[in-house]
Amino acid sequence: MTNAAALNDNMDIDTMEIQDDTRGLHYDENLLYEKERCDRPGVDLPPPEGTPLRTGFEARGDIGLSQVSEPQVVRHFVRLSTKNYSIDSGFFPLGSCTMKHNPRINEKNARIAGFAHIHPMQPESTVQGALAVMHDLQGWLAELTGLPGVCLTPAAGAHGELAGVMTIARAHELQGNTHKKVMLVPDSAHGTNPATAAMCGFDIRVIPTKETGRVTVEAFKEALGDGNDVAGMMVTNPNTCGLFETDIAEIVDLLHDAGGYFYCDGANFNALVGKIRPGDFGVDVMHLNLHKTFSTPHGGGGPGSGPICVAESLRPYIPSPLVLKEGDTYRLERDGERETQCGRLKGFQGQFGMHVRALSYMLSHGADGLKQVSEDAVLNANYIQASLKDDFHAPFEGPMMHEALFTEKYQKEHGVTTLDIAKGLIEYGMHPMTVYFPLVVNGAMLIEPTETEGKDAIDRFIDVMKKLAADARNGDVEKFHNYPQSAPTKRLDEVTAARQPKLRWSEA
Amino acid sequence: MRYLPQTNAARKEMMETIGISNVDELFCQVPDKAFIDGKANVPDHKGELEVERIMQSYADQNVDALTNRFFLGAGVYFHHVPASVDYIIQRSEFLTAYTPYQPEIAQGTLQYLFEFQTMIAQITGQEVANASLYDGATAMGEAALMAMRITRRDKVCYANEIHPQYVEVTETYLNNNDAKSYSAKEDPSNIEDDTACVIVQSPDFFGKPHAYDAWRKACDEKGALLVVVINEIVSLGLLPAPADADIVCGEAQSIGVAMSYGGPHLGFFACRQKYIRQMPGRVCGETIDADGKRGYVLTLSTREQHIRREKATSNICTNQGLCALAFTVHMALLGEDGFKDLARINHEKACQLADSVTSIDGISLANDTFFNEIAVKLPAGKSAPKLVQDLADQNIIAGYAANEDTLLIAVTEIATEGGMKALTEAIKGAL
Amino acid sequence: MSNIKYTEDHEWIKVDGDTAWIGITTYARHALGDLVYIELPETGRQIAKGDDFAVVESVKAASEIYTPVTGEIVEVNDNLQDNMDDLKEDIDTGWIVKVKMTDDSEASALMDKAAYDSFVEGLE
Repeated sequence: MTNAAALNDNMDIDTMEIQDDTRGLHYDENLLYEKERCDRPGVDLPPPEGTPLRTGFEARGDIGLSQVSEPQVVRHFVRLSTKNYSIDSGFFPLGSCTMKHNPRINEKNARIAGFAHIHPMQPESTVQGALAVMHDLQGWLAELTGLPGVCLTPAAGAHGELAGVMTIARAHELQGNTHKKVMLVPDSAHGTNPATAAMCGFDIRVIPTKETGRVTVEAFKEALGDGNDVAGMMVTNPNTCGLFETDIAEIVDLLHDAGGYFYCDGANFNALVGKIRPGDFGVDVMHLNLHKTFSTPHGGGGPGSGPICVAESLRPYIPSPLVLKEGDTYRLERDGERETQCGRLKGFQGQFGMHVRALSYMLSHGADGLKQVSEDAVLNANYIQASLKDDFHAPFEGPMMHEALFTEKYQKEHGVTTLDIAKGLIEYGMHPMTVYFPLVVNGAMLIEPTETEGKDAIDRFIDVMKKLAADARNGDVEKFHNYPQSAPTKRLDEVTAARQPKLRWSEA
Repeated sequence: MRYLPQTNAARKEMMETIGISNVDELFCQVPDKAFIDGKANVPDHKGELEVERIMQSYADQNVDALTNRFFLGAGVYFHHVPASVDYIIQRSEFLTAYTPYQPEIAQGTLQYLFEFQTMIAQITGQEVANASLYDGATAMGEAALMAMRITRRDKVCYANEIHPQYVEVTETYLNNNDAKSYSAKEDPSNIEDDTACVIVQSPDFFGKPHAYDAWRKACDEKGALLVVVINEIVSLGLLPAPADADIVCGEAQSIGVAMSYGGPHLGFFACRQKYIRQMPGRVCGETIDADGKRGYVLTLSTREQHIRREKATSNICTNQGLCALAFTVHMALLGEDGFKDLARINHEKACQLADSVTSIDGISLANDTFFNEIAVKLPAGKSAPKLVQDLADQNIIAGYAANEDTLLIAVTEIATEGGMKALTEAIKGAL
Repeated sequence: MSNIKYTEDHEWIKVDGDTAWIGITTYARHALGDLVYIELPETGRQIAKGDDFAVVESVKAASEIYTPVTGEIVEVNDNLQDNMDDLKEDIDTGWIVKVKMTDDSEASALMDKAAYDSFVEGLE
């Protein structure tokens, strides 16, 4: 007799109790710790021989870890995976995050034994190929940014910022500019910018941008003053409102005249890559997010990689170690070789696995492909901006770069907020845009389609947005507040989570 | 060009909607001088086969641990990773997801982070853990900064032989904050007044496990926090948990993550519950959804820079999500018994190798106690860097020359009896 | 209620002799949303006009609370830690600290209820 038949014979299916909420392809999945303990683990290891310990300590007692078999482990994580949304499953217009397609060839290459299974402290003669990858990547990034000094060690964007600002601090220190203690930061900047500058001991002076979404020459001059105490300026360009800083050339001249350095946050490099070189509009130091522009996967929040590229004038100060080429041989910079450097930021040589992926991506695209990347990214964003301009309020004059920007202004009149729109998109099977950022506009919706979406996918997004705008106009506020209905979970209570933080499982 | 779905017809239609006839009109605000004339000075696009061949040719110039004799550790360890781990982390839903800021459609990521935090807390004997940091070295730097915030002091003490790169990174962080540091030279009575924290590494850089009680007592007397740093997390399957520490941090690459020439690896960070609002990095917490069902969210995010801006606790905004997943899957497979057995096997192999190399005339162990890495003193007049290079020339990666006459040799479950014998013979031959 | 004064940073203060009770206004409370945590100072701390002495956190924001008066913190409302909802414009339960003032002219220079109300109106 099959199980189904047994159920039919013996049970009333309407009243029987099932322990979880699994229905159809909607899986409920408990914690590893709540699964029945298996009497053997999910790996087969040779039994220890029981030789006397030479650690100086007794063997450790109970740790409290779970214990389940391999099939249970695989099923557990596969079921969890079905609760995630990803680029591979659909449109992911998260502004300032550049969620583009992640080619699998990059993954395959990073797993070649000669890359995956080499150790960062092996003799250099045994890792010439790895050093060559890093050296060649340095070359590609220098060429694409127009900034010849490249340090690959930073582990992510914010880490790259730290490297960049430390480089500026070190340059001023060695040039005797101890009076230069101020970093100019527009109010539209990523929060990491002021955080990083403060970490490096700078005082922050804010440049207001609210009127036009851009740094104007007047506002800059006001913030600069006589420029005597100004160490530099941190500007994202294209900026966080999706706009190119129109007056950047004039502003940078003023900044340079005052002895300040221009730090450009490269989060939005996807709008420029292969077409425009930041070094040629006055940037002195810039970090790149390999996980944005160069398609290394976001991985649900890392690992990333945030190399910095600098102008010749700052090259002596960037963090160690750099990869150098002498004749046909590659080597790492040695300890103490460059006394002017600003320190070590991370163990070893950075996120090498990400370097392999990024170089694979660049080789695949080449000069012609990368130029098309930025053009399509910008075209896609402007198409969205143009298509939705009657339904959503656009706070600033375009043209946009690779992001579209709207606010909740029209919807708010009907009681529908940016958050409601975001959750509505989930209901229609899409990842929301970036919401409530940049902070300079109220209820911001920042939309970055990237170049790896075709017109049909973008049109569907536009249709959904128009539908949500129409629903808002019709005043069906209650419906919005209950979105999403079809996601694996309903809206989550973040207040309780933060008031009484429960950060781990423990036995009841 | 294979990653670009847009057709020329579609581009043209879209330009009409926007009201332009050439895409360059969209770039009208960029200064002329910043445009690349024609194309960037790099090669044009290549097919997948060609890219694969190029990347393989780079890789071929490296001596990898998989197909060669390999005994190098010094903070990064070559362990076997079960096939299921890589299969799981390459699932699109994990690999190509973003940071779980929209929890309704990111419960997969959030739940494994919660499980990861639980595992790290249990293994370190601490109350809570975060969702990971860049690597062990930055984790130690962050621990020092956190201790300075809590104690409002600016002096950091290195208790014993700590990984030199961890110290270098921490020094970089301290310099940015005008803080000072000193070494206690393995003697708790050297701890100075006004010390924010005392950092003990165990096993230390030379492989020797340490007890914490004397350090704990000395810290309490001076009002300093005790920070324990772990390079090899497998050691905690055999050694006592640093439960008395205030912060335990370090590197968890050994479980699930490839060496990859130094990154990406997996920094971990655990501490006492009372310090969670001072803890750097992302954390995941349990809550309920609108139906009252259990769910998870990123929480305590007001510590992060996008909210606190210049008052943030740290400038870190990424964790190492996918590496944390690899760890969680591998640790789930190992389970309680497997993790402990793995640690024991590592130690037993190290014991075997210790006996084998010390049978060579003139070679002795620098430390009698160890976990899976031994510090070998070479005979008088013999150079450790030269020995490492000589053996590398025979494609044997023998270990790390910690100084002129000391060689660190790491042994994991991967080492075979034949391999260990070959290493011993090769050392004998090279001396 | 004439001894209640208001600041442009949306704190209220109640002056009682040389002691000032400081809390946050209903406007601030609404702007912050659901509060999850308050970081309180220790008693005995000396604070100068304009210093931040506490931090309130909601899920998505953290805000410093500034003192409009100079003096010493003589009492802290520890009850708030576990009863975040008490933090409101309520003199009896919603105060955060009591400050022993060194210069009572600082308090008298602040806005009264009517002035504050029109100030808030101007913000909207």
